[in-house]
Amino acid sequence: MDIIFNKTNLFFMLDGLKLTLLIAIVTIILSTIIGVILALIRNYCKGILAPLAKFVTCYVELFRCTPNILWILVIRFFVKGSPVPIAVFACTLFTSAVMTEIIRGGLNSIPNGQFEGAASQGFTFVQTLFYIILPQTFKNIIPALLSQVITIIKDTSFFRVIEVAEFTRNSLGVIGAKCTETYQIMTLFGIVAATYFIICFFLSCMVRGYHKRVTI
Amino acid sequence: MKNLFTLKRWAALWAARADFASGLWTTLRVSFLGLCFALFLGIVFGLLSTSKNKTARGLARTYVEFFQNTPLYIQTFFFYNGLPYFGVILSPFIIGILAIGLYHGAYIAEVIRTGILGIPNGQKEAARSQGFTYLQSMYYVILPQTLKIILPPLANQALNLVKNTSVLAMIAGGDLMYHSDSWATLYDYHAQGYIAAGLLYFILCFPLAKLAAYMEKRAKIIPGSIQVQNAEAAEV
Repeated sequence: MDIIFNKTNLFFMLDGLKLTLLIAIVTIILSTIIGVILALIRNYCKGILAPLAKFVTCYVELFRCTPNILWILVIRFFVKGSPVPIAVFACTLFTSAVMTEIIRGGLNSIPNGQFEGAASQGFTFVQTLFYIILPQTFKNIIPALLSQVITIIKDTSFFRVIEVAEFTRNSLGVIGAKCTETYQIMTLFGIVAATYFIICFFLSCMVRGYHKRVTI
Repeated sequence: MKNLFTLKRWAALWAARADFASGLWTTLRVSFLGLCFALFLGIVFGLLSTSKNKTARGLARTYVEFFQNTPLYIQTFFFYNGLPYFGVILSPFIIGILAIGLYHGAYIAEVIRTGILGIPNGQKEAARSQGFTYLQSMYYVILPQTLKIILPPLANQALNLVKNTSVLAMIAGGDLMYHSDSWATLYDYHAQGYIAAGLLYFILCFPLAKLAAYMEKRAKIIPGSIQVQNAEAAEV
C-alpha cells in the first residue's frame, strides 16, 4: 500500500485537484462577467442594435446544443498555447452560454416596477442597471451560480482528453502507472470519487441552505 | 482557414459518410435506451424519495447525491476500467446506456420529486371529497398538474443526455464524437470532422431545446383563461 500512497503520488494528485479548482474558479468569474454582458445585450439591445441580440441568441443556442467535449477538442486544435489557459478558455466558452441564460432568467425575474421606480427617481438606464437591477439579479441567481460551479468541477474531468493535468487525469495516471493490485485500484477510485463528491456535495448543501433561507 | 475551403477535404468527408452515419446511429441508440433507463430509474427513485418510509427515502437520497456529485466521466471510466477487475466486462455500448442512464436517472428523480411535491395535498383531498376515486383523482387532478411542472425540465434533461453521450468517445465507444474525432485525426482534417459532428449534434439537440422552450411557455399558461385561447389562436 505504501508504494501507492507515498508523497510523490499524493502530491501529484493534489496538484491536479488544485488545477481543477483553479480552472473552476477562474471560469466561473470570467463567464459571469461575459454572461452579464451577453444577457444585457440579449435583453436590452433593440432597434438598430437588434442584430447583436440575435447574435447572442445564436451563440447560446449553438453551445446549448453541442457537446462540451467537441468544443474542448476544437479549441485544442485551433488555438495554440499552453494547456491550462486553453482549458480555461474552452471551459469559459461553453459556460458563458449557460451563464447568459441564468443571468437573463434573473433579469427577467425583476419586476418592471423597479425600472419605472428608478426612472421616476431620475436614474438613467445605466444607473438603474448598476444600482438597482443587477444587485437584485445577483441575489436571485446565487443558487444557480453555485450549481454551475458544481457542473464546471465535474466537466473539468473531460479535459483528460487533451491531457490537461487536472485531478482526473493525474489520478487516473497514478492508477494506470503505479497500481497492480485490484484493492489498490479500487481504493484510489474510491478516493477520487470521494474527493469529487465531498467538494460537490458541500456546494450543493450550500445551494439548499440558501434556498431554505430565502423561502423562510 | 485555407483548409476550410479545400474541396478535396470536403469530398473526403463525404466519402467517409458511412463512418459518421454509424456513429450517429450509435449515439441515437445509446440516447434512446439511456433515456428509457434514466426515466425508469428517475420514476422509481423519485417515488421512493416522496414515500413515507425512511429507509426508502434514504436510499433514494444516497443514489441521487452520489450520481449528481461525481463526474460522469469518472463513473463511465469505472464501468470501463474498474468493473473488469470484478470479472464484469461490458461492451462500450452497454456501458454508455448504464452510465448515461444512472447519471441522468439521478437528475430525473429530482425532477419527479419536485413535480410530486409541487402539488399541494389539498388538491388530492378536494378531489376525493368531490367523490373522485383514487385513480380518477390521480388521472384528472394530480397528474395533469404534475406533468406541467415536470415536462420542461425533462425535455432539458433529454437534451443534456444526448450531449453527454459524447462521453463515450473517451472510452472508444464508437459514437458520433468518437468516429468524427478519429476520422479527423486520421486524415488531419480537423475542421471538416468537427464541423460535421457539431452540425449533426445540433440537428439532434435543437428540436429538444425548442421543445423545452415551448413546454416552458405552455406551463406558464393558466388553464381556462383567455390566455389559452390567445396562445392557441396565435399558434394557428
